[in-house]
Amino acid sequence: MSSASSLSWFVRHEVRLAWREWIAMLTGGRRRRKRAAMIGLVAFAAIMHLPAYAVIGRFAGLEMPLDKTSLIVLTATIALAWALMLSQAIESVTRVFYARADLDLIMSSPARLTNIFSVRIAAIALSVTSMALLFSTPFVDVLVISGGARWLAAFGVVIAIGLSAAAIAIAVTLILFRMIGPSRTRLVAQILAAVVGAGFVIALQVAAILSYCTLSRFAVLTSDAAAGFAPDTTSLLWWPARAVLGDGEALLLLLAISLVMLGAVMAIFSPRFADTAIGVSGSHAAARASRHGSPFRKGSRQQALRRKEFLLLKRDPWLMSQSLMQLLYLVPPALLLWRSFSDSSAAVMLVTPVMVMAAGQLAGGLAWLTISGEDAADLVATAPLPPVSVTRAKIEVVLIAIATIFAPLVAVLAFASPMQAAISAIGVIVATVSATAIQLWFRVQAKRSQFRRRQTSSRIATFAEAFSSIGWAATSALALAAPLAAGISGVLSALIVAATWKISPRRD
Amino acid sequence: MTSGGAALEVRGLTKRFDRLAVDALDLAVRGGEFYALLGPNGAGKTTTLRMVAGLLRPDAGSVSILGIDALADPVAAKQMMAWVSDEPMIYDKLTPLEYLEFVAGLWGIDAASAEASAHELLASLGLAPHLHERCEGFSKGMRQKVALAGALVHEPRLIILDEPLTGLDALSARHVKGLLQARVHAGCTVIMTTHILEVAERMADRIGVIAAGRLVAEGTLDELRQRNGRNDTLEDMFIALVDEAAAA
Repeated sequence: MSSASSLSWFVRHEVRLAWREWIAMLTGGRRRRKRAAMIGLVAFAAIMHLPAYAVIGRFAGLEMPLDKTSLIVLTATIALAWALMLSQAIESVTRVFYARADLDLIMSSPARLTNIFSVRIAAIALSVTSMALLFSTPFVDVLVISGGARWLAAFGVVIAIGLSAAAIAIAVTLILFRMIGPSRTRLVAQILAAVVGAGFVIALQVAAILSYCTLSRFAVLTSDAAAGFAPDTTSLLWWPARAVLGDGEALLLLLAISLVMLGAVMAIFSPRFADTAIGVSGSHAAARASRHGSPFRKGSRQQALRRKEFLLLKRDPWLMSQSLMQLLYLVPPALLLWRSFSDSSAAVMLVTPVMVMAAGQLAGGLAWLTISGEDAADLVATAPLPPVSVTRAKIEVVLIAIATIFAPLVAVLAFASPMQAAISAIGVIVATVSATAIQLWFRVQAKRSQFRRRQTSSRIATFAEAFSSIGWAATSALALAAPLAAGISGVLSALIVAATWKISPRRD
Repeated sequence: MTSGGAALEVRGLTKRFDRLAVDALDLAVRGGEFYALLGPNGAGKTTTLRMVAGLLRPDAGSVSILGIDALADPVAAKQMMAWVSDEPMIYDKLTPLEYLEFVAGLWGIDAASAEASAHELLASLGLAPHLHERCEGFSKGMRQKVALAGALVHEPRLIILDEPLTGLDALSARHVKGLLQARVHAGCTVIMTTHILEVAERMADRIGVIAAGRLVAEGTLDELRQRNGRNDTLEDMFIALVDEAAAA
């Protein structure tokens, strides 16, 4: 087989793998669901045009030349999309290194590894870009329909930022690997992915709070200070914005820079990809030592279960990154709370729904890890204690973890407003209990490592968990402003949870 | 520990999935006995043992463990037994010592005696240098040894093992076999499925052969030979018995 034909074979192989992974994520690995998933996806894409129109429709008339403020807003939006793609790309790269089972096969084959890994890098870039195109399509469609064909250039910008995000992600991950080793890279990369994704929005919110005491990001972007600080409208910084508006020269330059970046990463890192992959395989051999000293402690069987769960949660890199992200989202409202101590701003009310929403989401993830993600299910099932005791111990772990994270925030809030603190505490408890109950009713036996795909095992549980968290967050917010409306919202949220129980497979 | 009475008594045990997996099986294993359960793939060995261990609910039949009705009082029955499967059930993020501490806690064993026992077990299985390393980097053999140590740390009176020697090197396999025989000599009952017939031939007091969910032969090696009427190896007898069952 010639080099070219073997490469095209590998390209086909990579595309097929990426496609099947994507389909498996949509269908939860069940082939029969493929058709339903595709119909659902098309319906979702169609429905997405409505919120896209609401968000972006009014900008369809924008044309060059733009004033500085419009350029700042547009450029910041592109930067946000790029940050999200970078986050997704870092996640993809770590998955290729740590989760693909075919590295041994590839590296033991007589194929030229530099070429093979160049294809793999290109495949990562392709999958990141495809995902970005998929999600941006409703928005670009709205702009094209309302503002004309010149907006089609936005697809080119999405491709350019997708390629550059993938290139940066690969470079960052491999450099991290060289600097801190394979085991730490996995943890740091996952945290980095979470921080990069959320960081841009949070940084803008923090700036808005510090300058204008509001959570609105646009307050910073549309301020005179930002316009004064920004470079002249002819600056290169605005080329991505100009490219989106249909400036062919800017678009070509952007695409060229992205392709050069990806090409450079391929040329520099492909020959080292094999060493990196070998390093990951070897990282298991260099086992991580835990603290010495006796772990044996007196206690009940439930305490043994709780200790084990806490130890596993503490050593879970995914959980670390997710908790960090949830805590990051809490930074702006916490900052707002701090800023509002002196002037009793009404904006402080936003703290409550954010806390309740974060508690619900984090509790859902924790509940899945402890209840469904049991790596030694047979061991626990053959232990001499009733199943209900096992479940209770696991639920207790979720509640204790949530209480540990949110109790200090509620305590600080109590200094500003005891009533708001009480409502927030009740909201956090109800959202946590609801999310945990949903995970309990829809529990499946799985490995903790399958967490990434937990949503695919039950779409109903995923949506119910999200809607109940949103519902309880809204109820808490309304309880502060309009108690009657809070009553209605609370009943609706309770109905969501009750309906989920009714259709759940395990109502015991 | 007592020996001689029935450690395990199974009557009319039945389980159906798409097809009948276990067909009204009767089985009795005496206390202090090393019992090897043999059978071709899909014969119903693992399904039988999972029902005994409380991991599967039988469609019909009864399971008695050391005189306790395992279906009526599973907690009391589980207190006396340990289950080891061919896929080691351990946590990647725990060290062997932490894993054993967890198992001892689940079985309600006194922490001090469990700690001493854990160190002794892990040393006897050659894991002493790895006490404080997380299991994520362990080979399959090492993981299997950790799982076995977990099964033994709470001093069970009945140990059920499903293909425990899978993935073990010769030295590790010898360690495991030695440990199991020492437990049997101390009065513990061991029930083990294996495809390595030499292990059954050399270690088992009695051998049961299961095919299509039914026990088709049972006895000591000599009794099986007598029944077969020839001085065959266990492998020859096993193949003949399975062929016979398939033809019936």
